[in-house]
Amino acid sequence: MNQKPLIVSLSPHVFSGLSIEKSMYAVIIALVPALAVSVYVFGLGALYLTFLAVSSCIALEFVIQKYLMKVPVRALDGSAALTGMLLAFNLPANLPWWMVLIGSFVAIAVAKMSFGGLGNNIFNPALVGRVFLLISFPVAMTTWPKAFAYRCLSHVDGKTAATPLMTLKEGLLNGQTIEQISAKLPDYGQLFLGQIGGSLGEISAAALLLGGLFLLWKKIISWHIPVSMIGTVFVFSGILWLIDPLKYVHPLFHILSGGVMLGAIYMATDYVSSPMTHKGMLIYGCLIGALTVIIRVFGAYPEGVSFAILVMNAFVPLINRYCKPHRFGE
Amino acid sequence: MSLTLIYTILVLSVIGVISAVILYLVAQKFKIVEDPRVENVEKVLPGVNCGGCGFPGCHAFAEACVKAETLEGLYCSPGGNACMAEVAKILGKTVAEKDPMIAVVRCSGSFGVRPRTSVYDGVGTCAIAASTYSGDTACSYGCLGLADCVRVCAFDAIHMDEATGLPVVVEEKCTACGKCVTACPKFIIELRKKGPKGRRVFVSCINKDKGAVAIKACKVACIGCGKCVKECPFDAITMENNLAYIDFNKCRLCRKCVPVCPTKAIHETNFPPRKPAEESAGTAA
Amino acid sequence: MFGKKVKTFPQGGIHPEDKKFSDHKQIVDLPLPATVYIPCSQHIGAPAVPVVQPGDKVLVGQLIAQRQGFISANVHSSVSGTVKKMVELPDPEGWKKPSFEIEVSGDEWLDGIDRSPELNMDITATPDEIRAKVTAAGIVGLGGATFPADIKLSIPPGKSAEFLIINGVECEPYLTSDHRLMLEKAEEIIVGIRIALKALGLKKALVGVEANTPDAIEQLKKFSNPYPEIEIVALKVWYPQGGERQLVKALTNREIPPPPRGLPIDVGCVVFNVATCFSIYEAVQKNKPLIDRVVTVTGDSVKDPSNFRVRIGTPIRALIDAAGGLPEDTAKVIRGSVMMGKAIPDISIPITKGAGGIVIIPENEAKRKQKQVCIRCAKCVSVCPLGMEPYLLMTLVEQGRLDEAELEKITNCCECGCCSFTCPSNRPLLDYIRYGKASVLQRMKARQQK
Repeated sequence: MNQKPLIVSLSPHVFSGLSIEKSMYAVIIALVPALAVSVYVFGLGALYLTFLAVSSCIALEFVIQKYLMKVPVRALDGSAALTGMLLAFNLPANLPWWMVLIGSFVAIAVAKMSFGGLGNNIFNPALVGRVFLLISFPVAMTTWPKAFAYRCLSHVDGKTAATPLMTLKEGLLNGQTIEQISAKLPDYGQLFLGQIGGSLGEISAAALLLGGLFLLWKKIISWHIPVSMIGTVFVFSGILWLIDPLKYVHPLFHILSGGVMLGAIYMATDYVSSPMTHKGMLIYGCLIGALTVIIRVFGAYPEGVSFAILVMNAFVPLINRYCKPHRFGE
Repeated sequence: MSLTLIYTILVLSVIGVISAVILYLVAQKFKIVEDPRVENVEKVLPGVNCGGCGFPGCHAFAEACVKAETLEGLYCSPGGNACMAEVAKILGKTVAEKDPMIAVVRCSGSFGVRPRTSVYDGVGTCAIAASTYSGDTACSYGCLGLADCVRVCAFDAIHMDEATGLPVVVEEKCTACGKCVTACPKFIIELRKKGPKGRRVFVSCINKDKGAVAIKACKVACIGCGKCVKECPFDAITMENNLAYIDFNKCRLCRKCVPVCPTKAIHETNFPPRKPAEESAGTAA
Repeated sequence: MFGKKVKTFPQGGIHPEDKKFSDHKQIVDLPLPATVYIPCSQHIGAPAVPVVQPGDKVLVGQLIAQRQGFISANVHSSVSGTVKKMVELPDPEGWKKPSFEIEVSGDEWLDGIDRSPELNMDITATPDEIRAKVTAAGIVGLGGATFPADIKLSIPPGKSAEFLIINGVECEPYLTSDHRLMLEKAEEIIVGIRIALKALGLKKALVGVEANTPDAIEQLKKFSNPYPEIEIVALKVWYPQGGERQLVKALTNREIPPPPRGLPIDVGCVVFNVATCFSIYEAVQKNKPLIDRVVTVTGDSVKDPSNFRVRIGTPIRALIDAAGGLPEDTAKVIRGSVMMGKAIPDISIPITKGAGGIVIIPENEAKRKQKQVCIRCAKCVSVCPLGMEPYLLMTLVEQGRLDEAELEKITNCCECGCCSFTCPSNRPLLDYIRYGKASVLQRMKARQQK
C-alpha cells in the first residue's frame, strides 16, 4: 500500500459544473445587447450610469460582507453586478449620479444584505431600489431623455420625451380616444427596436428577446415565467381591447412598451425571489401579467411592471407552499 | 370642525372600549390555570433546557415533577442531587440520591496510533459520515472526529483536541445530560459514575473485532486478550465480542487491570501517581 | 435527433457526459488471481451460511454457502482450490463481513456444468424447474440492487403481472458492461428473456435500450425477430432511466407507487437486468451458477479502459492492474459508476455479484467544491425524477425537522443524485436527503413495532 489514501464521499461523484458565477454572468452577458442599444439611443451616458450602478453595488456588497456581516467576501460572484445592471436598466439615462448611488444602497444594503445576503432576500433588490427612487424622486425618475438627443457623454439639456405609456395615459386622462393618441405614439417597429424614450434598458424589445433566447438556450432560466407573464399581459389587454378599442390600446403595444420584456425575462425570473416549481412559476407569471395590466389601465401610474413583480414576490412563499410538483406514483 | 373632532374622539373611544371588552372575554375564556408549584420548581432548576431529562425543556420537566406520584425516574443531571432535593422539598416528595455521572469518551485512536486509510470528503457531521461508510480508519468502531458531540453540548463541556482528533470532556463542566451519548452515531460516549474525587477506571475502546484485526487498525485497541478479566478481584470486568467492559457499579478502583493491559486500552483518571512498589503489588483503594 | 421521437420518462432527469471509453472493447476473460475472497453476503437479505470448512478442497461452481430465510441467495466457489480460512473482509462501505479466502489451484469445474459455447435454445425446463435452478445458482439482480432473482420469478399471490421489463439501459456514465454483453451475447439474452417469460407465464417482454447503443439494439432486434412476444424499445439517452421506476414509466407509462408499499409488480411489471437474463440463461440451460460477471474498468486517466469477465471474489486491484494499472493521479475509486456508485476506501476488496464497474477518478475531479448558499434557482426541483423538492428536504434534515421531511415524502427518494449533480451552489443535497431518508425509515419502523 504505497499509494495515498483514497477519497471517500457519497454519490454522485460528478457534477454539472454549473456555478452561481456562471449563471449570474450568463444573465449579464444576455443583457449586453440591450445595453448596446441603449448606448446607441442615449449615448455614452447610459454606459456611464450602468458602470456607476454596477460598481457601487459590488463595492457596497464588499463593504457589508467584510466589515458588517464578517462573512467570506463573495462580492464578485456576479449577483451584485447583476443587481446593479438591472437597477441601471430601470433608470432614466440622465439620472444624477447621486440618485444612482442611493438606488444601489437601497438595493444592496436594504433589500438584499439586511435579509442575510444572496439567497435570502424576499424582494428583487434591483426593483426595490428602483421603486424607492421612483417614490422619492418622482420627477427625476419620470423625466426621460429624448432618443438620439445626446452629444457624447452629456445629454442635451431640456430635450426630454415621455415614454409611450405616459403619452397614452395622459391622452386618456385628457379624454382623448386611442385613435387620437395613436398619432403621437411610436409604431411597433420603433417599439420593437427601441427607438423610443424610456428607462435605460427597457426600450428595445428585440435586444431583450435576443438575450432571453440565449438564457433559454443555456438553460439558465426556464420558459415558464416569461411566457406566462407576457402571455397574460397579451391576453388580458387583448380582452380589454376587444371590448372597447377606443378606450383600450392594442395588446401588442402593451407587451412591447415599458418594462414588460425586461421584467418578464430578467426581473421576474430572478432565482431568489421567484417560485421553485414549474406550476408555481406559471401562476406567478400569470399574476404578474394581470397585475401589470391592472396597474397600467386602471391605476395612477402609467407603468406597473415593477410594482406587479414586487407584489408577487411577497406571495412566493405562499406559492411554494401550495404548488408542489407532481409526486411520482401518487 | 369641532364637531368632526368630537365625533372622531367618540368613535375611537367606543372602538377602544369594545376591543378591551373582547380582549378581556377572550383572555378569560382561554385562561390557562397552572399549578403555581410548577413555577416554583422551574425556578430551582438550572434553566438550561438541555433536554437531558428526556423532556423538551425545564418547564416540561417541572410539570412532569409536579404531576408525578413519586420522583422516581425523574432526575435533573445538570442540577444534580442538590437541585433534586430542593424540588422534592417544594413538592413534599422524597428523592433518592444518585451517584454523579460524567460522559466518558471510549476511544483513544488518535492520529498517531490509528493511521488514516482513507479521506472523507463530504458533509462534516459524524451522523452523515457514519451513514457513508465505516470511517476513515481501518477501525470501524472508532471516533470519526467530526464533532457532533461538541455541537450538541449545551454546557461547552466537550471540545475537540486538534492534536489527537478526539473529543475531550471537561470534567468541571460536564453535567451528564447525555446529549452527546445520543448524538454519537458510533456509541462511543458512555455515561459512567464520576467516582470519588473523579477517579475512574474504564476501557477506552469499543472495538469488537478479533485482536489481530483490531491491533492492525489501532495500536491502543482492546484486543480481547482477557488479562484484565483474570486480574480483576471483583468480577467487574466482562469480556464480550472480543471487548472488555468494566462495570462501574462493581469496580472498586483498585487499578490492577490498568498495568496488565498489553495495549494500554484501560485508562485511569485523577488517581495520584503510582508508587513503584504499588506498581507490582497493587492495593485496593 | 434519431429520426423519430424516442420514448423516455417525462419528469426530471439529466444527461451527464457519457464518457463510454470502453464501448468498443470486447469482453475478455481476466486471468485467474492467486487468491479470491468471496463474501457470504453479496445480496440484499440474510447472509448465506457457510457449508465448507477451512482446509476443504472446492471446485468451480461448488456451493460454499447456503441461502437461509426467504430473501437470500446461494454463494458458489468461483475457482478451484483450497479454502484457507474465513476472514473478516471489509465490504465497499468498510464494514467487516465474513468471507471465504480461497487459494486458487488450477481451474477444475464441477461435473454437470456445460462449458461449451454452443447456444442452447430449447427451453425444456418447467416453470418450477426454472425457479429451482435459478435459486440453486444463486442469481441476484446484477444491475446493482442484488435482489435475489428467484423471488422475482414467481408472482406473489394476489398480484398479477402483464409485462416483463428488461433493463438494457446503461444510463450511468462510463459503464459499458451491459452494452458489450448485449452486443456479444444477444442470442443468449433473448433465450434468458424467454426463460423468464416462461417461468412467469407472461406474454410480453419489453426490452428498454438507450439510443446511444444502436449496435446493441440492432443485435437484439435481429435475434428477437422470431419471437413477437419480445419487443426491443429504443429509449432516449436520459439519466436515471435505468432506475426501476423511471424505466417502467418510460416503457409502459405506469407509475410504481412510492416505497415502501410500491414494487413493480403493483403495476403489473417484473423487471430484470440484461445481465441477469444472461445469468438465468446460463443457469437454466448450462447448469452454471453465478460465479462470474462482466465488469467495466474505466476512468479518465486509466490507460486501457476495458470490459472483463471476472470471477466473483477477484480483488479489485487485479482488475485495475489488468486495465493498465492504477494511474498516478488516482484520488478516488468507485464501485459502480459516478452517479450512484460507492467510493471505496480500499482496492483490495473483491468484486461481488453487484459490481458492474470500477471507475477511477483522478485528483482534479475528485474533491468536492466549496458549498455555497442556496440561491433558490429551482434546478434541483426541475431535475428530480420523482417530483420532490430537494432544497426543501435538505433544509429540513439539516435542521432536524424529520416529521416535516416525512410529510414531504423523503422516503420516495431513489438517490439518483440528479439534485446534487445539478446544484450550482455545490450543495450536498443528496448527502442530507439520504441521511434523512434513513432516519425517517428508522422512525417509521420503530413506530410500526409499537
